[in-house]
Amino acid sequence: MAHGPAKGIGRWLFTTNHKDIGTLYLWFSFAMFLLGGFFAMVIRAELFEPGMQIVNPEFFNQMTTMHGLVMVFGAIMPAFVGLANWMIPMMIGAPDMALPRMNNLSFWILPFAFAILAATLFMEGGAPNFGWTFYAPLSTTYAPDTVNYFIFGVHIMGISSIMGSINIIATVLNMRAPGMTFMKMPLFVWTWLITAFLLIAVMPVLAGAVTMMLMDINFGTSFFNAAGGGDPVLFQHIFWFFGHPEVYIIILPAFGVISQIIPTFSRKPLFGYSSMVYATSSIAFLSFIVWAHHMFTVGMPIGGQLYFMYATMLIAVPTAAKVFNWISTMFRGSITYETPMLFSIAFVILFTIGGFTGLMLSIAPSDVQYHDSYFVVAHFHYVMVAGAVFSGTAAVYYWLPKWCGKMYDETMGKVHFWVSFIGFNITFFPQHFLGLAGMPRRYADYALQFSDWNMISSVGAFIYGASQLLFLFNVIRTIKAGKPVDDPKVWEGAEGLEWEVPTPAPYHTFSTPPDVK
Amino acid sequence: MATEGNYYVPEQSKLPLFAATGMGLAALGAGQWVQGQSPMVFVAGALVLAFTLYTWFGLVIKENRAGLASDQLKRSYVWGMTWFIFSEVMFFAAFFGALFYVRVLVLPWLAGESPNEMTNQLLWQGFETNWPLFNTPDMAINGDAAQFKGPDDIIDPWHLPLINTIILLASSVTVHFAHTAIKNENRQKFTTWLGITVALGVIFLFFQAEEYIEAYQELGLTLESGIFGTTFFMLTGFHGAHVFMGTFMLAVQLVRGFKGHFSADDQFGFEAASWYWHFVDVVWVGLFIFVYVLGS
Repeated sequence: MAHGPAKGIGRWLFTTNHKDIGTLYLWFSFAMFLLGGFFAMVIRAELFEPGMQIVNPEFFNQMTTMHGLVMVFGAIMPAFVGLANWMIPMMIGAPDMALPRMNNLSFWILPFAFAILAATLFMEGGAPNFGWTFYAPLSTTYAPDTVNYFIFGVHIMGISSIMGSINIIATVLNMRAPGMTFMKMPLFVWTWLITAFLLIAVMPVLAGAVTMMLMDINFGTSFFNAAGGGDPVLFQHIFWFFGHPEVYIIILPAFGVISQIIPTFSRKPLFGYSSMVYATSSIAFLSFIVWAHHMFTVGMPIGGQLYFMYATMLIAVPTAAKVFNWISTMFRGSITYETPMLFSIAFVILFTIGGFTGLMLSIAPSDVQYHDSYFVVAHFHYVMVAGAVFSGTAAVYYWLPKWCGKMYDETMGKVHFWVSFIGFNITFFPQHFLGLAGMPRRYADYALQFSDWNMISSVGAFIYGASQLLFLFNVIRTIKAGKPVDDPKVWEGAEGLEWEVPTPAPYHTFSTPPDVK
Repeated sequence: MATEGNYYVPEQSKLPLFAATGMGLAALGAGQWVQGQSPMVFVAGALVLAFTLYTWFGLVIKENRAGLASDQLKRSYVWGMTWFIFSEVMFFAAFFGALFYVRVLVLPWLAGESPNEMTNQLLWQGFETNWPLFNTPDMAINGDAAQFKGPDDIIDPWHLPLINTIILLASSVTVHFAHTAIKNENRQKFTTWLGITVALGVIFLFFQAEEYIEAYQELGLTLESGIFGTTFFMLTGFHGAHVFMGTFMLAVQLVRGFKGHFSADDQFGFEAASWYWHFVDVVWVGLFIFVYVLGS
């Protein structure tokens, strides 16, 4: 039990320690974030001016596809799994994750999966070029041969996610310290419990979708081919039955992170803890019954459109409860604005903007106008970047001192925040206008009237991209030369078990469970 | 005896990395294989994975027999198996969902049901919805030149499928008898009932193979015979693969039973395999009703 970290590379390759595995996940996700970010820079460079300048349209399609896939499956999801690995055992007073060896396997599948995916860029026919949603028949009849590598890559990625989620659920259900009742669990743990459930429920459906593609492409089945009695729209239904819960898989842990940080820097307990738990559960439930709002233009019967429209609007209710609770937590708090808090406040504001544009998109008759336009691109980047990525960044600044026992440089952190915040909004706010004016997404070129906003958006993207290098620099500098902290609490207003263990957190925490009152 | 608060956190292990390597090679190799290249990389990956899993499960069994597994750790295994089975349920849900969607919505729409009159008139004129889908939309347009032809005939649910239903339902009962026997510390009865269960699983697979041969050779029912063949073979095929897995798992437990691994209060390896077996059984009932009986 008392075995310490092993020496050399073997520590990372063969580890069973939740903190090591969390670190691996976080670094891997950052590497993927830079890779996916590089693809985004290619996209924005091409779109800087109308006309074709840098890449050809085929390669542009590969870039949009790979950018989406790498960011969703390689950067955002593993980042939150990394945070879960690091924090959940410490937050519930457990000695480690429930199944430590399987935990290591869940991680090490990912480098293989993404190596296969990235390798397709250099193969004949090029990388997948059908968009991250890989709609049939683009991804079947008209797909490059490399689609098969993509399919099997998604399969092992899914296996990794399912094993990781099983581990998290088993840990939360079985490893809580005595006295850590469900309604005492920190919200980050709650949101991850529900996220893990969502993952186990929908990753197999994704596996089913890509399996059907595989069969249609190689073995003559007709799932997505009307000639044989199938239907390409069937693909969209199956994909979005996975895809809609997937977006909550991405955002729920972000909600959890924000619900930890805002109370700390407001020096007040979270307002409406139990309503947060119920809101999270309601969002998870609703996520299963709204999927076809991504498909209002496929020719659904009017009854279907109305149902999916109203069901989708319902999600605004629990989400609004959450935003209300965060704001009420800050209300009359003695707030200080350290970097994690800045990112969290930005999260609340920008995520709400993304939520409102989502509400606009849920209105079936007007969605017909917005569909597949840059308005949609702006909408989901407000949720994915200002939502998920900002909260992940906040989490790193918040817990980094606990992880490595060093404090990051506050000025540098704030610079990173402001450059990110401004760069992000310059990039994506104009895309609302572009979309409303009629610019479609996923095209390598555009009509002249879209030039100005596209140029501004590209400048913003380069600023935002550069600010992430600042983030990398900040983290490395903190680890190498940060000011040591030894206060277990680190932050004055921090509450919870993870702040009761020494700083930096020892290799093994809670070998015997603490008593939670 | 390990107790609460003394959870077994294993030492560093090389197994996960080997398993991940095997999986990665298998995925890469499968991609090469379906494109007509050599299956060697896939085979190598699958072998690495199989050997690693064999060692891994062996290690877990050894640890358990050495008393390292506390009650709490065993509960982790219980949760692990439970949620794994739930993920399998959702995998089948995707394929059942595809079947229902096609039968209830797609085919009537292709045949011109409102609001898709024009789909039929412009694309698939002359197509009429029916199930089993003997005449595909492709045939309605291209006649004998069609690429996707429906089957000539389908499997009669009241012969082999009915026998297989009885076999699988019976095997769920026999595996339960085995469970009761080990709970009463009656090893003799345990191995007998478990042996019967494994035998029933093998017989099921034999009949399933028989059925497939009949379908391919006599009925013109293949994976390529339109959406009927597609859903039929994908659903029954994945189920068959799961029966194979379940039979294999139970056979391993049988070997362990002969070695005297289980006792009245410690038989989770067997229990997990039996849960999986019951799950496979329930899926079959769904298949029998929705694919065979209501599909004929």
